Amino acid sequence: MIQTLDQIFVLFKNWLVGFLPAGWQVAAGVVLCVIAIIAVYPALFAIAVLLERKGLGRMQNRYGPNRVGPFGLFQPVADGIKALVKEDIVPLRADRVVHFLAPVVLVPIVFMGFAVLPMGRHMVLVNMDSGLLFFFAMGASTELAVFMAGWSSRNKYSLLGAMRAIAQMISYEVVLLLSSVAVVMIAGSLSLVKIVESQNHYTGIFPHWYVFTPWGLAGFLIFVVASTAETNRSPFDLPEGESEIVAGYFTEYSGFKFALFFLGEYVEMFAVAALGTTLFLGGWTAPFSFLGWVPTWIWFFAKILTWICVFIWFRGTLPRLRQDQLMNFAWKFVLPFSLLNLVVVALWRFLGPGWEQWVICSAILLVAYVVMGRTAFTLKNIGPRKYRYAE
Amino acid sequence: MLGVGVLKGLGETARNFFGSYFSKERLTTVQYPEQRIPTVENARVFPFLVYDGPEWDAGMRCVACQICEKECPPKCIYIEKSKDKKPDYVGKQQFYPARFDIDVSVCMSCQICVEVCPFEAIKMDTAFELATDDRFGGLLQDRKQLAKSNEYYHQIHPTEAAEVDGRLAEEKAKLEAKAKAAAEAAAAKAAAAKAAAAKPAEGEK
Repeated sequence: MIQTLDQIFVLFKNWLVGFLPAGWQVAAGVVLCVIAIIAVYPALFAIAVLLERKGLGRMQNRYGPNRVGPFGLFQPVADGIKALVKEDIVPLRADRVVHFLAPVVLVPIVFMGFAVLPMGRHMVLVNMDSGLLFFFAMGASTELAVFMAGWSSRNKYSLLGAMRAIAQMISYEVVLLLSSVAVVMIAGSLSLVKIVESQNHYTGIFPHWYVFTPWGLAGFLIFVVASTAETNRSPFDLPEGESEIVAGYFTEYSGFKFALFFLGEYVEMFAVAALGTTLFLGGWTAPFSFLGWVPTWIWFFAKILTWICVFIWFRGTLPRLRQDQLMNFAWKFVLPFSLLNLVVVALWRFLGPGWEQWVICSAILLVAYVVMGRTAFTLKNIGPRKYRYAE
Repeated sequence: MLGVGVLKGLGETARNFFGSYFSKERLTTVQYPEQRIPTVENARVFPFLVYDGPEWDAGMRCVACQICEKECPPKCIYIEKSKDKKPDYVGKQQFYPARFDIDVSVCMSCQICVEVCPFEAIKMDTAFELATDDRFGGLLQDRKQLAKSNEYYHQIHPTEAAEVDGRLAEEKAKLEAKAKAAAEAAAAKAAAAKAAAAKPAEGEK
């Protein structure tokens, strides 16, 4: 019974595919999985938007939306209808084709990442040996759509937003990769399915998730920071900083195209959250050994939602960074720290199991964190600002 | 240490988040159409015309002097003076506005009309739900819509209305006293004239 519930989606798919002739079964199975992914994540998007608006409201001591349906639960439906019926405006001087293509390119790309993510035991669309690589390739492609949007709008705010977005995404992409490499070094595989399997052991009741090791915790924190920046979420939401550049690369988008961008942004957030879950939080594995009877897909989606709640929490708390602060943080603190983390991972591997690896690795990371935190952000040229005027 | 401030901030928002479910003081939102806070006495939104007594057109204080029309900065008042006259609150014959329109969409709630009115005839209302689905007729209020009783004025601005009533009563009393004095003087004059008329008669005797 527990087995059936765990594998219910896989069994359902096999049952449906069974009606077809043998030659069609593989293709039909893939199409079914794709349909499932395309249905589930927009639904999650609706939930996340509602959660975000309600949660932010509560953090600011407001109610949040509570008018549409009981407790405002149908707010996403109303928002969706609004987005659909709004006028779609294209600026007169804009490059119409590219302007139209930008959201169309973005959405498939962000959905592509889910192809390699295991959402439960045996619930993965393609068990690719280099799944992580595929995921990052797809994640990096979103920058193309962002720049298409910014450039084709022929608007200074759009272009500024797109340039900020590119600068930020590339900087943090490096960090995101480096923090993931740590996991790859220990798991010995780029396949996300294998990475989850390698965390699916328990000592007593506690799981062997990578976040519960010194290097894993450091990598996890770096990953959280980098993924927040990668998805343009607050406090790294400079590309669409509405107080400075209207809405960044969204400025000239309205109606359904804007909704597509919005969807793309959230789905990317889910994708990054899912990857972080897979790498550090054990993917679909249960947090305690005695909870193993709960279906694995429940754990996976529970972890994603928790991650989303943390993102919302960040957004409700932290003010937006300045562009130079953002870059300083990426290149002067996070990047050296993640490089150091790679060295620590290597040490962890070669010290072998025992208390020494815990003490040494924790000590190195802690000392580095404190020292770098003290030194990396000290401003050198403090004093009255000197102005030079044209003579 | 790096990140301590971030953690403190996260703690603060978490306290807000959970606190808003437990303590009512945190959620200061008034859910407007269902819940309302009573309007403040000093609130001012849109002018109205005060009338005394039960009938709005008979008791209207406005004498169509058109000062407010001239003083109104956005020129939202339109007045047409009447041809005939009717008695005001002291019984003096005065003109009255045959037409008195104020455009809601133009009025900027500056209260200048109230300040310049020498007859305490125009005052500020606190009713703020002036939205209408009729763009032209609905936003232009005529004298019947503008007329509101003195009792209503007492209800929305008790302090101010009491002052106004006191002032009007004082003025009325002064006028009455003057009229009385004038009447007395006239009577005395008449008596004197009578006496004077009687004197030569005496002298004749």
